[in-house]
Amino acid sequence: MSREQLAVQRARRSFQTGRTKPLEFRIQQLKRLQSCFQERQRDIKRALQKDLGKSEYSSELYEMLLVEAEIHLSVTRLAEWAAPRPVEKNIFTLSDDVYVKPEPLGVVLIIGPWNYPWSLTLLPLVGAIAAGDAAIVKPSEISSNSSKVMAELLPLYLDQDLYPVVEGGVPETQELLKQRFDHIFYTGSTSVGQLVMEAAARHLTPVTLELGGKSPCFIDKNCDIKTACRRITWAKFINCGQTCIAPDFILCEPSVQSRVVEAIKKCIKEFYADSPKTSDDYGRIVSQRQFRRIMGLMDGCTVAFGGDADESQGYIGPTVLQDVTAESKVMQEEIFGPLLPIITVDGVDEAIRFMNKREKPLVIYVFSHDDKLIKKVIAETSSGALVANDCIVHFLDSALPFGGVGHSGMGRYRGRHTFDQLSNLRSCMIKQLKMEALNSMRYPPLSAKKLGWARRFVLSHVNVQRLRSMGALVVLAMLAGLAAFVVQRFLR
Amino acid sequence: MSREQQAVARARKAFETGRSRSLEYRILQLKNLQRLFEEKQKEIAEACKKDLNKSEVGMQMYETLGLEGEISLAVRKLKEWAAPRPVEKNLLTLSDTVYIQPEPLGVVLIIGAWNYPWAVTIQPLIGAIAAGNAAVVKPSEVCVHTSKVMEELLPIYIDKELYPVVTGGVPETQELLRQRFDHIFYTGNGTVGKVIMEAAAKHLTPVTLELGGKSPCYIDKNCDITTACRRITWGKYTNCGQTCIAPDYILCEPSIQDRVIEEIKKSIKDFYTDDPKTCPDYGRIINQRHFKRIMAMMEGSTVAAGGDSNESDCFIAPTILRDVKPEAKVMQEEIFGPLLPILPVSGLDEAIKFINKGEKPLALYVFSPDDKVINRMRDETSSGGFLANDCLVHFSVSSLPFGGVGNSGMGCYHGKYTFDQLSHLRGCLIKKLKMEGVNDMRYPPHTAKKLGWARFFITKTFDLGWLGKMFLLALLAVVAAVAIQRYLR
Repeated sequence: MSREQLAVQRARRSFQTGRTKPLEFRIQQLKRLQSCFQERQRDIKRALQKDLGKSEYSSELYEMLLVEAEIHLSVTRLAEWAAPRPVEKNIFTLSDDVYVKPEPLGVVLIIGPWNYPWSLTLLPLVGAIAAGDAAIVKPSEISSNSSKVMAELLPLYLDQDLYPVVEGGVPETQELLKQRFDHIFYTGSTSVGQLVMEAAARHLTPVTLELGGKSPCFIDKNCDIKTACRRITWAKFINCGQTCIAPDFILCEPSVQSRVVEAIKKCIKEFYADSPKTSDDYGRIVSQRQFRRIMGLMDGCTVAFGGDADESQGYIGPTVLQDVTAESKVMQEEIFGPLLPIITVDGVDEAIRFMNKREKPLVIYVFSHDDKLIKKVIAETSSGALVANDCIVHFLDSALPFGGVGHSGMGRYRGRHTFDQLSNLRSCMIKQLKMEALNSMRYPPLSAKKLGWARRFVLSHVNVQRLRSMGALVVLAMLAGLAAFVVQRFLR
Repeated sequence: MSREQQAVARARKAFETGRSRSLEYRILQLKNLQRLFEEKQKEIAEACKKDLNKSEVGMQMYETLGLEGEISLAVRKLKEWAAPRPVEKNLLTLSDTVYIQPEPLGVVLIIGAWNYPWAVTIQPLIGAIAAGNAAVVKPSEVCVHTSKVMEELLPIYIDKELYPVVTGGVPETQELLRQRFDHIFYTGNGTVGKVIMEAAAKHLTPVTLELGGKSPCYIDKNCDITTACRRITWGKYTNCGQTCIAPDYILCEPSIQDRVIEEIKKSIKDFYTDDPKTCPDYGRIINQRHFKRIMAMMEGSTVAAGGDSNESDCFIAPTILRDVKPEAKVMQEEIFGPLLPILPVSGLDEAIKFINKGEKPLALYVFSPDDKVINRMRDETSSGGFLANDCLVHFSVSSLPFGGVGNSGMGCYHGKYTFDQLSHLRGCLIKKLKMEGVNDMRYPPHTAKKLGWARFFITKTFDLGWLGKMFLLALLAVVAAVAIQRYLR
């Protein structure tokens, strides 16, 4: 038996013992994951520095804080999330118990990416633990230091049988994908996403695919360009552009292009001092392969500024390309690097047409003061998410479901959405063996009369909820009256 | 271009005109669909009778009535379903507009099944229309007559470019599956389900698979066996057992097996007379292939009632098998026919153990007056749906998501769930370009101080909703008190 098969089998056996069922166990595991982050910060940060040149503060801000917040939210809300969820009753179910009960799925496979190796691998793990699943964690081999540290640390804090870390590259991942899981959660590229889903199909395993795409960023010429560019610059060059929801390219009118370029230039200076290369906060490209790929994208484009690079360090300076055309190399694939192309368009209509010619991205950004314009973009485009007047920060809001559509992915997560995604939301209906006479209309021999009764019941609309809320209003009104009376007496 | 490619291309063009975006248009299409059921009952009933020997009343009761209910619900609730859905705010989004906006996915492929051809093919279509999609409808070729009627009637009532019907068998379905869709909704068996998901993977198309399995039915020896067996008999033999959520087999203690058999026999007589063959309410097996498959399953099992059949008529009598063993032929696959095996077990523990050895089923039934028994069965097993003290009826509760888990399927539908399943629920965050100062904590150069602030904002969770409500309520109470007191002076 291969190492991967063994890990999956052990995880399944452990799951079948039922020890993940009690909420106390899940909370305990989540708190231990929390301890891991608090006690081993240094190891985690060191690994990130080696993998992606992330500074200590960047690592904390963009990776660790999010996981800690998610753990805190899950621990606080678990009882609510895991509780039976009553559903709206109808005339047939008035005397029954009808609810949706979340239950664990079983063994989940989590395949993490290399760009935010801790947060994007562990956020799904937090949801899996909360949902009561076992989970095989397969960190990306490309962020090799983080993968190694994760494989060392997690078993020290978490149940090693339930949540094993399996390291490896393509062959090990393929071996894992041959095994049977109850859900596969994959973050990465579109092409590998297809392979994961194909493998999952063989076992009828549902999947969550967090993929990518070219996230467009439209700047309305009438907006506060200075602030807009500040936010765009920040979002683009975090982690050296290696963020799935980084603004990939800008669309704006030709009249504002040079202002945009100037504003971005200023922000880069503000953020990274004169030399991003020596700034602690400016990252590195993860590998030589990616470095060469990104440098190749600049072919045929006009560099407005930046373009400097150092292969030995994996360094590419923050670069803005202007007057880019739709056919240029840099527009043929997701950049995932610190190149920011600007494409000029006539206005929002042309921008919308441009976006709609391409695959649905993970997110669309629009910068404008005009609510009508924003609503127009929402109505006439499609994307995983839409953010107006900022970038990236929708990922912070765990109330919003985070995910793609079309080639940018399927399924969603964050906060309670991860819990739901990795649970079986089981419909439950508890009836009594009484009132059998009511059922006679459904039994053969069938007749027009029985059908008439059935029609009446099925097609009549008795708003059970409204009746309930009307009742509630009446009670509230009575209470208010009583309160007023009592207060008045008291104040006399 | 093949016929299938053309249909899909036309549907996509029609979708891109944007005409399915307006709620009025969707409601118009749904109302037209409603008229189809009101005006063409006869044609629909005739086809169902030829395919499955469904009586006209039976067909309405178990197929089209439910659809009319779903259409009525969708028309009534569409505005609410399609509206932006505000989400909980946090400290960072206090002054922003944050919501989920449902939007159409694009072109949906709906592959229907043959057992309730109208119900399982049109119910997803209702959701697809409501969600603003175009939909290619591929009815099952196995129910030959119904498929033909669907192909004739649908284009007369609803937009034939947006919602084309494409009939055909395996080659036509394969050709369809080569095209690119924005969602594929399939009802049928697990083997084909895998093929569909593999085809969908090539285009990264999400899927809803409503599959099957062996839905167990446990009878507690202490329950009202007469009523339990009446409900089980109805659940089993409706449509001659060809129901994805029919109770596949019974688990009960040996001491009540004879009573169970007697009660089921009684109910069969009540429902289908002494001679089900001549009873208009008793169906037929869909075709000879399935007839042979089901008959072969009886091998090696003891027939307690029924067992008679007529191949030329595809008739199999309501049959009960007793003392069935787990290794018996009838226990190796979903029966999907009128054979009801009874497997004796020593009690709830053994029943749960047995159920958990098999694949997760679409439905799980338990008959018991004891909440403890019901809760244990629920907590120690897994299935798509769980129903205590009745069969099938959870299907008609549109507020319950209907779907499978594991080999019984993925995704769910009915009511608003179909709408959501066939929509893209897009996260929207609308901020302003003001208050840029607040953002300083996130910009480089990073410092410990900035990080401290970020930590505060990100990790503090607040149930703002509840607090806010309480605060408002208190304020209102005080104002009301003061106002009323003044008035009463």
